[in-house]
Amino acid sequence: MELLPLYLSAKLATVATLILIVIAAPLAYWLTNFSWPGKSFVEALVNLPIALPPTVIGFYLLFILGPKGSVGLVWESLFGGPLLFTFTGIVIASIFYSLPFAIQPIKASFEKIDPRLKESAYVLGLSPAATFFRVIVPNSINGIAAAAILVFLHTMGAFGVVLMVGGSIAGETRVASIAIYEAVEAMQYEKAWALSLAFIPISYCFLLLVNNLTRK
Amino acid sequence: MGLTAVLKKKTKFFTIDVELSCPDGETLALIGPSGSGKTTIIRMLAGLITPDEGRIVYRDRVFFDSARGVNLSPQKRKLGYVFQDYSLFPHLTLYGNTAFAAQDRRDVGPLMGFFGLTALRDRKPNEVSGGERQRCAVCQALARNPQLLLLDEPFSALDVVTRRLLRNELKKITETRTFPVVYVTHDITEALFIGNTVLPIVAGSVDREWMERIVAPATEPGIRAKAARATKLALAY
Repeated sequence: MELLPLYLSAKLATVATLILIVIAAPLAYWLTNFSWPGKSFVEALVNLPIALPPTVIGFYLLFILGPKGSVGLVWESLFGGPLLFTFTGIVIASIFYSLPFAIQPIKASFEKIDPRLKESAYVLGLSPAATFFRVIVPNSINGIAAAAILVFLHTMGAFGVVLMVGGSIAGETRVASIAIYEAVEAMQYEKAWALSLAFIPISYCFLLLVNNLTRK
Repeated sequence: MGLTAVLKKKTKFFTIDVELSCPDGETLALIGPSGSGKTTIIRMLAGLITPDEGRIVYRDRVFFDSARGVNLSPQKRKLGYVFQDYSLFPHLTLYGNTAFAAQDRRDVGPLMGFFGLTALRDRKPNEVSGGERQRCAVCQALARNPQLLLLDEPFSALDVVTRRLLRNELKKITETRTFPVVYVTHDITEALFIGNTVLPIVAGSVDREWMERIVAPATEPGIRAKAARATKLALAY
């Protein structure tokens, strides 16, 4: 079995998940605890990737991350290389694509925390940021871990977005889902079977873990 | 000196309109039926709710002044606040909770010792009784070395015996401190026991007749006479 696409998928999912948790946790806290005019618009925008077909997201990202797109231009001027068809490009695309899948479960676990804990921290002198790190995060660690696993699995399975932004470059952007698709197209069913089968135990074990984490 | 406050706040059913003061080293007990606005008052003192109008001054520090647009955050008021329940951090041990905002960690051990928590220091809040949790909540508030201690029905969820025990301990320790204590309760016995001054609050306003009515049929004439005055009650009940 060709392991490189599986390794790439796991690497992509790990990097994207780590970055996403760091972005999503404070964002979810902000959305849960603070009100400001236009909040619902921001919330809908953050959740948009849930409602859009992955190819549509990929299509827009192709332009934004491309050499003439705003992000692509800034990236090229800073690092001298392109974003499209690179591993970094598909990491950025996956972050956009999976953001709501990280935000939603983290937000749900923040909402479960008794608001009096936050007040208790405030009257004990903690700033909102210190309250976030010393009270909110430790008390929703299971929810955050569950979100990380869900995002990891979601990114492992990403296809449309990755294909649009990354194409299929062996060792760089040809992740397992794309390798399976190409194997089927080339009628290499054995290869497709092997790669597909590898997903089942991984996904199953991770989902078991999510169930255990969210039950507590 | 001490704490003085003039507070106005419109709520759903009535308008809170009270004036209160509590000298350093004394305890002001706010008593009244459920839903009378006591908790809202103490939350306004803590900065968890903003009054519509008024002024809160502790010594020479203005916590809140609607006329001058001053409104210190709860963090800056340097308070100890004990909630009715659930205020301990579930992820920390009793020691971790007490030391959470302690000004001097060396105070934590003796404080826990005073409240009989030394043997339970490594337990989490869900592994101890309600009484032990509330003891720890008082420890947590005191360890911060607050300049003002606010207690919102801290023992009302406990059984009668534990409640009596805890209020004795609390009284013993607050008597040695120099800061004002504001204590909210709906239990008249508790208010008379804890408070140097008792302020009866009904529907958001001070109602001294209410307390007279409540106390009159239940207790002996000596207590009744003192309660009728409502303020400046310094009796051991």
